[in-house]
Amino acid sequence: MPRIINFAQAINEAFVQAMEIDKNVICYGLGVDDPKGVFGTTIGLQTKYGKERVFDIPASENAMTGIAIGASMAGIRPVMTHQRLDFSLLSLDQIINNAAKFHYMFGGQHKIPITIRMIVGRGWGQGPTHSQNLQALFAHIPGLKVVMPTTPYDAKGLLLSSIFDDNPVIFIEHRWLHNMEGDVPENDYRIEIGKSSQINEGNDITIVSMSYMTVEAIHAVEILKDHDINCDLIDLRSVKPIDWSSIHKSIKKTGRLLVLDTGVTEGSIAGEIIANVCENCWNDLKEQPHRICLPGTPTPTSYSLTKAYYKRSETIINTVSKMMNKDLDGYVLVDRKDLPHDVPGDWFKGPF
Amino acid sequence: MVHSIKDANKMSNLHQTSTSVLKEIYTKLFKIRTVEETIAKKYTEWEMRCPTHLSTGQEGIAAGVCQALLKDDYVLSTHRSHAHYLAKGGDLNKMIAEIYGKESGCSKGRGGSMHLIDKNVGFMGSTSIVGGTIPLAAGLALSSQLKKESKIACVFFGDAATEEGVFFETINFAAVKNLPILFICENNLYSVYSPLECRQPVNRKIFEMVNGIGIPSVAGNGNDALETYYKSKKFVDEIRNGDGPRFIELSTYRWREHCGPFFDNDIGYRSETEFESWKLRDPLLNFENQLIKIKKIPQEVIDTVKTEIKREVIEAFQFADESPFPDVSELYSNIYSGDTN
Repeated sequence: MPRIINFAQAINEAFVQAMEIDKNVICYGLGVDDPKGVFGTTIGLQTKYGKERVFDIPASENAMTGIAIGASMAGIRPVMTHQRLDFSLLSLDQIINNAAKFHYMFGGQHKIPITIRMIVGRGWGQGPTHSQNLQALFAHIPGLKVVMPTTPYDAKGLLLSSIFDDNPVIFIEHRWLHNMEGDVPENDYRIEIGKSSQINEGNDITIVSMSYMTVEAIHAVEILKDHDINCDLIDLRSVKPIDWSSIHKSIKKTGRLLVLDTGVTEGSIAGEIIANVCENCWNDLKEQPHRICLPGTPTPTSYSLTKAYYKRSETIINTVSKMMNKDLDGYVLVDRKDLPHDVPGDWFKGPF
Repeated sequence: MVHSIKDANKMSNLHQTSTSVLKEIYTKLFKIRTVEETIAKKYTEWEMRCPTHLSTGQEGIAAGVCQALLKDDYVLSTHRSHAHYLAKGGDLNKMIAEIYGKESGCSKGRGGSMHLIDKNVGFMGSTSIVGGTIPLAAGLALSSQLKKESKIACVFFGDAATEEGVFFETINFAAVKNLPILFICENNLYSVYSPLECRQPVNRKIFEMVNGIGIPSVAGNGNDALETYYKSKKFVDEIRNGDGPRFIELSTYRWREHCGPFFDNDIGYRSETEFESWKLRDPLLNFENQLIKIKKIPQEVIDTVKTEIKREVIEAFQFADESPFPDVSELYSNIYSGDTN
């Protein structure tokens, strides 16, 4: 029988299990012990594991990242949480100059087993500095691993894997996924970092997606199926390293590639995937690959501008339709009811 | 002849210190000086192909502080790291091989002069970004606190590092958590060519500012290794006792250019007179003269130390020279821990 819990609860459960397994796992970040517990993900941890292992911190992102690195050099496994990815930008020095390089730069003598949770989002006017999806920035740095779970199942299994990985892992959670529900086994299980998940099988086109965009893709794929277009939908789960063999295998089967990305177009993970497929699967491609990303602007705040800014199932359907020489109109086919475009569902009331 | 209370204290320090500690401090000072000056001499063969920041003139701080630490205590350092590495007992052969980019180097040639490590003696690493290792030391101190170990962490940094945000963030957190950490600020008056007065208010003392943040702090003469040792020793004992973080600002002076083997007093950012006045405060020569004066260590013991170190240094350069470079097939190794390639 399935055991249904939401994404935030799955994160919380991974924390509990990791802290039970290993007393060296510690959890800190601004507000991890406050009444809201970072969208519910860290609720109850301090009561269970004490103030030495679970604690609130000064607003000192860079030093607190360096402190995680230093502690990890002595075998501690710190998990640091940023309520917004944007706040972590204050710590790029420690992440890029130290965490990412210490293993290589010291000839393999240091392990840096740290996990840095960063929450990204979209909508509700989160705007230019409260919702940036900068996974590509981190994926660009040799020595970092970057994961973006979509389902509650993946959230738990990937967080456990990240915490017990001996390398720095950037763990990116999409705010619009925290209330998504799914089947999550109670036991300790791990999802290998670097392995994608096949969400749907089809022979016509490969859709490679990540994080919240996979939810939009799932809706699109169902509607496309009703119109005889069968999609291979691959959810990346890890954007560094990327599961190239699964992508290449799918391209050999379908000959078509559409990549969905929650970040902006230029310098995106989507661009990297298209480049790699062109380099490695050129002869398998039946036509040019496409990508759906955000426009290359800072994220606007206004309700009217975000409508054009964010991409949804409608755009996916229209792009796939064009690639398949069909004439489908996503805006007609997708029934949004009266839900505004800037919220994921009725549960999300803003402002946070 | 004793001229002042300061001199009197100095002489009393010398008399009360055991011969073994005096000899160890002297050995550290002489070793650092000999290594640095040999690097300077050989650098123009252009086979040490990495940015190299020499510690000549600043030996007193490394020798004095490290003499007060235990082998298991953690030390982290900066781009100018040779003195700290050697004073903590880091392997000389591996250091020289590292600067030559050899596989036998302490970082297997991946780090160079600015990225030294010897975990066997608690030297956990040095990095090139100003202030970059300060929070790492606090993290190691936190691990020690969490595991209820008696090890303390000590981090060396320059005066410019106290201008970095990460410095303030770290000392604040160290104070909040009462971390077992010793902060050592080497104030050598210059950040590359930028003088202190362009970077910090003239009448504000770094150690007084840190005191204000809640960390007991003192200043001292970094060119006096023995004074540095006693100030460090007092603080190290307090830290190990659980009293929390401590901070020492030590004055010193870099003899050679910021990066590289030459002298650069002629280019105009500091004066020859200033340089000469600091040269009179030579941490090695003054210490050696005092040792001879108080006759606690016979001249022949000092001579033996010198001969022994000179031999070690020659052997280290030979070791580096004879060591192979990393194989190009290893370029992709160790990007991640657990890599199999």
